[in-house]
Amino acid sequence: MSRTATYRDALYEALREEMAGDDAVIILGEDLDNGGAFGVMGDLPERFGDDRIIRTPISENGFVGVAVGAAMTGMRPVAEIMFMDFMTLAMDQITNHAAKIGYMYDNQYSVPLVVRTPAGAGRGYGASHSQSLEGWLIQVPGLKVVAPSDPADAKGLLKSAIRDNNPVVFIENKLLYPKSGELDDNAAPIPLGKARIRRTGTDLTLVSYGRMLDLALDAADILASEGVECDVIDLRTLKPLDADTLLASVGRTGRFVFVEEGTGGVGAEVCALIAERSYGSLIGRPIRVAARDTPIPSAGPLEARVIPQLADIVEGCLESLRGV
Amino acid sequence: MHTTTSEALDLYRQMLRIRRSEEQIGWLFSRGLTMGTAHLSIGQEACAVGVVGAAQPDDYVVSTHRGHGHLLAKGAPIAPLLAEICGRATGFCRGKGGSQHIAVRDYSFLGTNGITGGGMPVATGAALSAKLRRSGQVALSFFGEGASNAGTFHEALNMAAIWQLPIVFICENNGYAMWTAAARTTSVPDISARAAGYGIPGVTVDGMDLLAVRAAAHEAIGRARAGGGPTLLEAKTYRFCGHSKSDNGSKYRERDEVAAWRERDPIARWRADLLAAGAEPEVRQLEAAIEIEIDEATRFALDSPYAEDEALLGAYAETARPAAARTQQSQQLVEVR
Repeated sequence: MSRTATYRDALYEALREEMAGDDAVIILGEDLDNGGAFGVMGDLPERFGDDRIIRTPISENGFVGVAVGAAMTGMRPVAEIMFMDFMTLAMDQITNHAAKIGYMYDNQYSVPLVVRTPAGAGRGYGASHSQSLEGWLIQVPGLKVVAPSDPADAKGLLKSAIRDNNPVVFIENKLLYPKSGELDDNAAPIPLGKARIRRTGTDLTLVSYGRMLDLALDAADILASEGVECDVIDLRTLKPLDADTLLASVGRTGRFVFVEEGTGGVGAEVCALIAERSYGSLIGRPIRVAARDTPIPSAGPLEARVIPQLADIVEGCLESLRGV
Repeated sequence: MHTTTSEALDLYRQMLRIRRSEEQIGWLFSRGLTMGTAHLSIGQEACAVGVVGAAQPDDYVVSTHRGHGHLLAKGAPIAPLLAEICGRATGFCRGKGGSQHIAVRDYSFLGTNGITGGGMPVATGAALSAKLRRSGQVALSFFGEGASNAGTFHEALNMAAIWQLPIVFICENNGYAMWTAAARTTSVPDISARAAGYGIPGVTVDGMDLLAVRAAAHEAIGRARAGGGPTLLEAKTYRFCGHSKSDNGSKYRERDEVAAWRERDPIARWRADLLAAGAEPEVRQLEAAIEIEIDEATRFALDSPYAEDEALLGAYAETARPAAARTQQSQQLVEVR
């Protein structure tokens, strides 16, 4: 049965269903009661009780480390970092522990851990509460990094992330929480590592993920009205990259624009991939549309100058179309 | 706590096994046969044997950068330890880990750890998991006095206390973080005093006294297993060697200080007591057996190949060779030898 649900509710449902299906799934984080900081928790604390919903102190590195130790010894923890900016506090446990324990201990232990975190600007929270730091995370071997753009993907990808035997950082854009979309109750979990082609066209490959994906689709509409047809690809998983889908599309269109809310680190990786493996097919310069290289200001009109807007994406595409 | 002669001999054997293994690692290092550096615990053996010996075999141990002794106290064989430190395919982690990154699942040994204080939250997580699974296991979290100044110490002890987890935090206070004396960097002389900040018991014992360590560990582990929550157990100890193989410990410690601690060598004292009790034949027999184990382990390590084909496998769980295949491969290497 298909119905309408928000991104927030889709995440809640994924957590509820995975917790109901596997007693090893537990949630750790700060302020999980009263719906949690962004309303995703819903009634999970009442439904699953104190043994499954672990309220932590303000100890990001500590409780992510606790989740790592629990993951090594039979649990499947989902840790929540309230703002992605606070991931910086937990980077030792994420980078030096969660991501490496499988490999460096010769896979005697696995770390089936999900770290969920709200990211992104647009609410005036300012420099320390608005960042998109996934460009850092994709540089860490052993991590998977996922960033869904709509409710169906949010649910399907979170279910897969919880079932995955590796540490997964699951990035939720704050502005997407109220976004509605279709949810199919019979939908299977969505595999990690697979991009999704959202629109097909022959003139240009437009790639994005998370909140920027909708802006990329809007840009593609505008360009279509001018006779330019775009492939629009939702990356969905930022690490490992779905290189096949990206290369196949660029191989057809010869033009490539990458849109992200962070300062360009994911796009750098994807541009490098295309330059290395599909250079000959390019007929336009690869373009990145990303945040400016400044901290994120609080005031809306200032923030809009730093974070990519629809017009920036259209302009980036036009620049690509102007040729080499 | 009293011990019978056979128990006393076994405790001597465990401590000496650690001492001789680490002396051999030092020798291998000096010959350029190890990978990277090695942090030896020579002088601190009573801490490892006293604490781990008071625990059950399936209790978790999370160790430090100075962790060979904790692993051997768990009963692990010496050969794969030396092989790992020499980077060989027969090592516990087939050369992927090295001295500071060795885990051995069969011994519930969750790893030596290269990040100072990094293991403390991990151990706390293992204790949480044991509590949630009602497995009856206790987690033993080793760390040094240097790590007690890291944020992870505070975060881990606070969480263990509020959740009343089955864990014992063992501070091996050897007085120096690398070559910085604890007094220069640490607000209190006794790390155990910090337990008060978490509302948990804090105990300081003489880390050169095996029976004192063992008795305190026994009490703390028993309390943890019975649901009484965490303990901060501090063992005052000393490393007779340097911090790592990059120093010999002589530039920042007075000769008299080192000599005074060497007088209190837990192994020499234990041996003297055994001889006084008339156990010299047994002592000599077990000493000879350890020498044979060390010799064989060394040959095993140096005769083993490197696992070069493994280098690109296992970054993700699904790219690892299945455990059964790995065991089979290790077996074949042992048989070939």
